[in-house]
Amino acid sequence: MSTVRVLVGTRKGAFILTSDGARKRWKVSGPHFAGWEIYHMKGSPVDPDRIYASQTSAWFGQIIQRSDDGGKTWNPPGTKPEDLMTPEGMPKGESNMFVYDASPETGKPLTTHQWYDGTQHPWEFKRVWHLEPSLHDPDHVYAGVEDAAIFESKDGGKSWQELAGLRGSDTGPKWQPGAGGMCLHTILLDPKDPQRIYSAISAAGAFRTEDGGKTWKPINRGLHSQYIPDSNAEVGHCVHRIAMHSSRPDRLFMQKHWDVMRSDNSGDSWTEVSGNLPTDFGFPIDVHAHEPETIYVVPIKSDSEHYPPSGRLRVYRSRTGGNQWEALTKGLPQRNCYVNVLRDAMSVDLLDPCGVYFGTTGGQVYASVDAGDKWKPIVRDLPAVLSVETQTLP
Amino acid sequence: MIRVILPPNLRTLAHVEGEVGLELNGTVTQRSLLDAVESKYPMLRGTIRDHVTQIRRPMVRFFACGEDLSHESPDAPLPDAIANGVEPFLIIGAIAGG
Repeated sequence: MSTVRVLVGTRKGAFILTSDGARKRWKVSGPHFAGWEIYHMKGSPVDPDRIYASQTSAWFGQIIQRSDDGGKTWNPPGTKPEDLMTPEGMPKGESNMFVYDASPETGKPLTTHQWYDGTQHPWEFKRVWHLEPSLHDPDHVYAGVEDAAIFESKDGGKSWQELAGLRGSDTGPKWQPGAGGMCLHTILLDPKDPQRIYSAISAAGAFRTEDGGKTWKPINRGLHSQYIPDSNAEVGHCVHRIAMHSSRPDRLFMQKHWDVMRSDNSGDSWTEVSGNLPTDFGFPIDVHAHEPETIYVVPIKSDSEHYPPSGRLRVYRSRTGGNQWEALTKGLPQRNCYVNVLRDAMSVDLLDPCGVYFGTTGGQVYASVDAGDKWKPIVRDLPAVLSVETQTLP
Repeated sequence: MIRVILPPNLRTLAHVEGEVGLELNGTVTQRSLLDAVESKYPMLRGTIRDHVTQIRRPMVRFFACGEDLSHESPDAPLPDAIANGVEPFLIIGAIAGG
């Protein structure tokens, strides 16, 4: 029977929830890395026992952790005895070293971005928001970071190099931080074209590369954002999350600061599909594992009131790729609920029927084993949940 | 033997319990002490000082012999009591809520 592993990152540590394919009884392990913020954990599609974790702290900075045994044990890559020394005898310990590429050979000299007061501000590394393991090589992994940039590691996380073409693109000086910082939070790898990668940044917008990350172009045509001076600008949009179904990598679904959007041409243009949602503000968006037109969002009241409308926690599902939405409420609190669901805190498993999972800032992780019809908390008193990822194991 | 006390989060990261003991030759400074800590525990690189600039992270402090040495030059000799192991060198995470 299959096993489902749910990787939960929280404000004060990581938790791993495990169940058999029935998904009724869950074993909770953790907290791992107690006291640290775990922005994201994700397993390699090639080797599910290989899991990467972003461990971060305002005090002690960024740590990358790696497990090679499905989350039982962890190590910062490159700090095992056999990895310790360079040929010169110096300690490596570079797995948490994210240095923006300022070399003229591989990118452009370090650029600046728009700051809150309208001045230009240099890029400053703060943390890794999202880790996206390669679809083909367990040692190859991408990292989306704040201040916004994309890095990759080809040695299992021991060292990181920036794909500087993104930040070095002409639009970089127009990017600006949202209230949560200027973060690159979404990395989508096209399963049909290894050279094509999508990324998204708050508050800059969505970007696409067709050459494995050397060059990037903004793909924000059709986005309309009233909180920037030119609401249709090429960049400056606060994209919260993008989702894609592996069978239809040209079709993208976006939860923007406001508006749920859809593109049928790899992001070349977007149309709004908010339809009958009670509010089109929100953070996560995800796609059913077996139905490429079935998508999920969690409407949030507004950008200042980060909780569900009317205190009712409702997931909305569209089976038509947007526009027509139904509220999914069974098993979810329908009164006095004022939690938020953050952008990386929703995921689906690959079983049939599809399991859908999301975590809240109140520390609950809810699961539906019937594609959203009914929900149950599988753990309910964790620290605020930052991210949820699932692994479906044979 | 020089004695160093790490904050709890870094003890967990480095898989150590209690104090860290270091043998150092020559003048003991913040820089030589921290170089030795990072050499022994490479996973701590970047957590106390910036990887590139080697500047102390803003919310990390260095205490020794009842004094805050955080703003001393990294190349200034540390007190004899640190160098001869009578007193520990404390690496502290700044007090904060949350």
